[in-house]
Amino acid sequence: MEGVKPGIALDLSRMTLREVNDYLHHKIPEQKGGTVEILNPAGMHGIAVGLDAQASVHVRGHAGYYVAGMNKHASVTVHGNAGTGVAENIMSGTVRIKGNASTGAAASGQGGLVVIEGYASSRCGISMKGCDIVVGGNVGHVSGFMAQAGRLVVCGDAGAGLGDSLYEAVIYVRGKIHGLGADAREEPMTEADRASVAELLKKAGFEHEPGEFKRVASARTLYHWNAEHRGAYG
Amino acid sequence: MCGIVGLLLKKREKRRDLGRLMTPMFTCMAERGPDSGGMAIFGQPVADGSRRFSLFTADRGYDWQGLLESFRQTFQGEAGDGKAASARIEPLSNHAVLVSSVEPSRLRGWLEDSVPSVHLLSVGRAIDLYKDMGFPNEIAERYRFAELTGSHCVGHTRMATESEVTPIHAHPFTAGEDFCLVHNGSLSNPYMLRRMLESQGIAFETDNDTEAACRFIEWRLAQADALDTALHHAFRKLDGFYTLLMATPDQITLVRDPFACKPAVVAETDEYVAISSEFRSLAHLPGIAEAHIFEPQPEKVYSWKV
Amino acid sequence: MGKHEESFSFNRDIISYINYASEHGVYDIRGMGAKRSLPTFDDLIFLTASMSRYPLEGYREKCETKTVLGTRFAKKPIELEIPITIAGMSFGALSARAKEALGRAATAVGTSTTTGDGGMTPEERQSSKTLVYQCLPSRYGFNPDDLRKANAIEMVVGQGAKPGGGGMLLGQKISARVAGMRTLPEGIDQRSACRHPDWTGPDDLAIKIQELRELTDWEVPIYVKIGASRVYNDVKLAIKAGADVVVLDGMQGGTAATQQVFIEHAGIPTLPALRQAVEALAAMDMVGKVQLVISGGIRTGADAAKALAMGADAVSLGQGVLIALGCNSPHYLDKDNVPVDVTGDYEKLDTAPGFCHHCQSGKCPVGITTQDDDLQTRLTVDEGARRLRNYLSVLTLELTTLARACGKSNVHNLEREDLVALTVEAAAMAKLPLAGTEWIPGQGDHTSQGR
Repeated sequence: MEGVKPGIALDLSRMTLREVNDYLHHKIPEQKGGTVEILNPAGMHGIAVGLDAQASVHVRGHAGYYVAGMNKHASVTVHGNAGTGVAENIMSGTVRIKGNASTGAAASGQGGLVVIEGYASSRCGISMKGCDIVVGGNVGHVSGFMAQAGRLVVCGDAGAGLGDSLYEAVIYVRGKIHGLGADAREEPMTEADRASVAELLKKAGFEHEPGEFKRVASARTLYHWNAEHRGAYG
Repeated sequence: MCGIVGLLLKKREKRRDLGRLMTPMFTCMAERGPDSGGMAIFGQPVADGSRRFSLFTADRGYDWQGLLESFRQTFQGEAGDGKAASARIEPLSNHAVLVSSVEPSRLRGWLEDSVPSVHLLSVGRAIDLYKDMGFPNEIAERYRFAELTGSHCVGHTRMATESEVTPIHAHPFTAGEDFCLVHNGSLSNPYMLRRMLESQGIAFETDNDTEAACRFIEWRLAQADALDTALHHAFRKLDGFYTLLMATPDQITLVRDPFACKPAVVAETDEYVAISSEFRSLAHLPGIAEAHIFEPQPEKVYSWKV
Repeated sequence: MGKHEESFSFNRDIISYINYASEHGVYDIRGMGAKRSLPTFDDLIFLTASMSRYPLEGYREKCETKTVLGTRFAKKPIELEIPITIAGMSFGALSARAKEALGRAATAVGTSTTTGDGGMTPEERQSSKTLVYQCLPSRYGFNPDDLRKANAIEMVVGQGAKPGGGGMLLGQKISARVAGMRTLPEGIDQRSACRHPDWTGPDDLAIKIQELRELTDWEVPIYVKIGASRVYNDVKLAIKAGADVVVLDGMQGGTAATQQVFIEHAGIPTLPALRQAVEALAAMDMVGKVQLVISGGIRTGADAAKALAMGADAVSLGQGVLIALGCNSPHYLDKDNVPVDVTGDYEKLDTAPGFCHHCQSGKCPVGITTQDDDLQTRLTVDEGARRLRNYLSVLTLELTTLARACGKSNVHNLEREDLVALTVEAAAMAKLPLAGTEWIPGQGDHTSQGR
């Protein structure tokens, strides 16, 4: 095909992280796209942080903390597990984890899509601000904590304290909810919810019936300081 | 704050590889804990009645043979059963393991009274314990961690928080015999725990918050709790953030507090169980690509038997 | 006992507090910093020139004030003309105009401003030549583009007004613009996290700092801001986690809104905090390698001079800056520069000029800590910038006056021995001798270092 750049391989067993990220920050945008393979990540932290380019990055192995942190436009796939804060503060683009994700997956994410094919640990989607997250397996406790905007779709179970202190983000859970957090409540699914879930499942590549999901949203009782809800602030 | 590491080898014939596999885990975690480090190894137990005493002193040129002589002289008159005479010492720089059948409290008393520059780090039939200040890579080299053998080990690298950086404040902490504990996190009520335990007659050596956790479990075990039960008590009494990794000759045990903010990852294969604060310290282990890798749930007791 | 004896313990303030709690069932929230009487820099005094120490001539004999922050790892440390900076205050807490005025004044005198718990506004980035970008537990508005536009990054662990507390902004200040920047519904009361979402503890902070460095190609300094609590240990840990600069905020530090109980009953005063921080730097052999910025009730050039003498590399101001803009003034200036009295507006807030701490209300009578379209017009950017420039200049002049009087050609050559204490508490907290004596309370006893 015309205009397709040949793939580039960056080997972390031979290059430093600084060299790899420098390449990703400065050389990739110049080439306006293309595919990059990052080899031998061996759980290193900070791989492919701050990408801002229409590129396709494949991390071949397990990544450490903050892989694809603050991602913009790029499509990053981790062919393994990801440590704390995968795609934290993601702005746009897609980050896919083939394995499992550790705590704080997509923390504070503002846009784009994060797909975790395995399970996510505690605090998945903590403080999310508009991104979409789809988890093929379970999510750990206090997921969706203080989630402000965006959608979290959980195909497995959700740990205790789900959606604690939720703002306007919406959480969809197919499996068992082990406990709802403060101000989070189950609400009936609407047509719009089912369409949302269908759209996100399709993007993630998971096959489930949207009708099997439950909707969890904010009861909005903590939106104003007042005496009736003082128990919730304790 | 810190790094913790643990490794248990399931197959007897692989025990010679324990140190070689464990050392890169330990040195990798030096980034989380550059101030001091320690490692407890559980190897072949010595004969019943006998004990291994891990000893530490600041002086790297210490005369350990001299200590052995002095020990033999002190305990010579013991019931004529050759206890003192049969003692032996395995020195390495400022660390030594004294093997003897002298009763531990007597040995401890003798050290405190007569040899205050030498500290008793651990007592047990199977446990050896190394710890010191300094960069963990240097500690691993000095004590030849890569050559150590055994069934399982528990190690720690330390970034000092609320107490001083001295060798005694380094982890692992020990309690009683053949028990050790490492901790990543920060307890928020260590002083009230300490006061409660001191009132039960338990003596403390440091003001480190980890020692409060260790002695709490020591206390529960002394009340005849099984380790699991002791830990369930601990979940109620300890406050703050903690990932605790403990070991006895038969098992290693891992728990996380209810908040589970401090990291922990486990990798298990048919050959081993490896535990660390960060996956990257496990990346070199054989078969890691196929290992079952997971994070422990909060407030759940995970144990693996030797 | 007379008939009209006020109780010391159950005085009018306490009666009012109990009344409020009984009436409303929630705690009292307010702005500004600790108002109670505390040992401050006023309790220290300079030993200026004498027979044995010769002063410099004012104006003619140069007294250098240039200050460099962030030399440890960054390719581009922060270079300031003066060791006096402007502390983090959010857009949301402050109006956009206020942020712009701060930026313009700072640029004019050659110093930096700092964003706050709402992110970076274009006004501030354009008006402020040197801008420090905060990374807070809430991460409101945090994004990589602004991160890369910043001259330095400040990782906020806590602030002096409320160490252990998160940000707070009440609904009346969550305007459409603020709401948009923070991704919150308009008009609600903002709850904020007190811990960061993706790290807890210095061992994990070290990894987070590395991520921020990677993102910015290791170019800019990373500050770590701490509310003064267990200062000695915390400063050591911040250094171990990789901080280029430690920013320490004492108890007197302000906030736009938090629980009254936090402001008055948490965190230690700036004076002992500074001393502990300097001891920690020395214990780590990092004096001159990691810089120290102290904030929390810095008001005068004398405060700045004393802070530098005690070992700070710079001071940072919050409340003082707002007062320069007109906070607690009985009037504002209209477009013809004619004062307009607003005492009545203070009364509506049940306060008076000189007593006001109602930043949380959004009804700032002088238009600084508000998002209200009408009230905001009471602050003119030009006038605000002019006044702040004046204030910062005076602070600098006072600082150099004292430094010259101590014989220093560079304000960073002020040292502890230039100071003595006027009270026993200040002597103990600052570990400086009581004036006219050689006595430092606690010295020579078994005192645990740096607890």
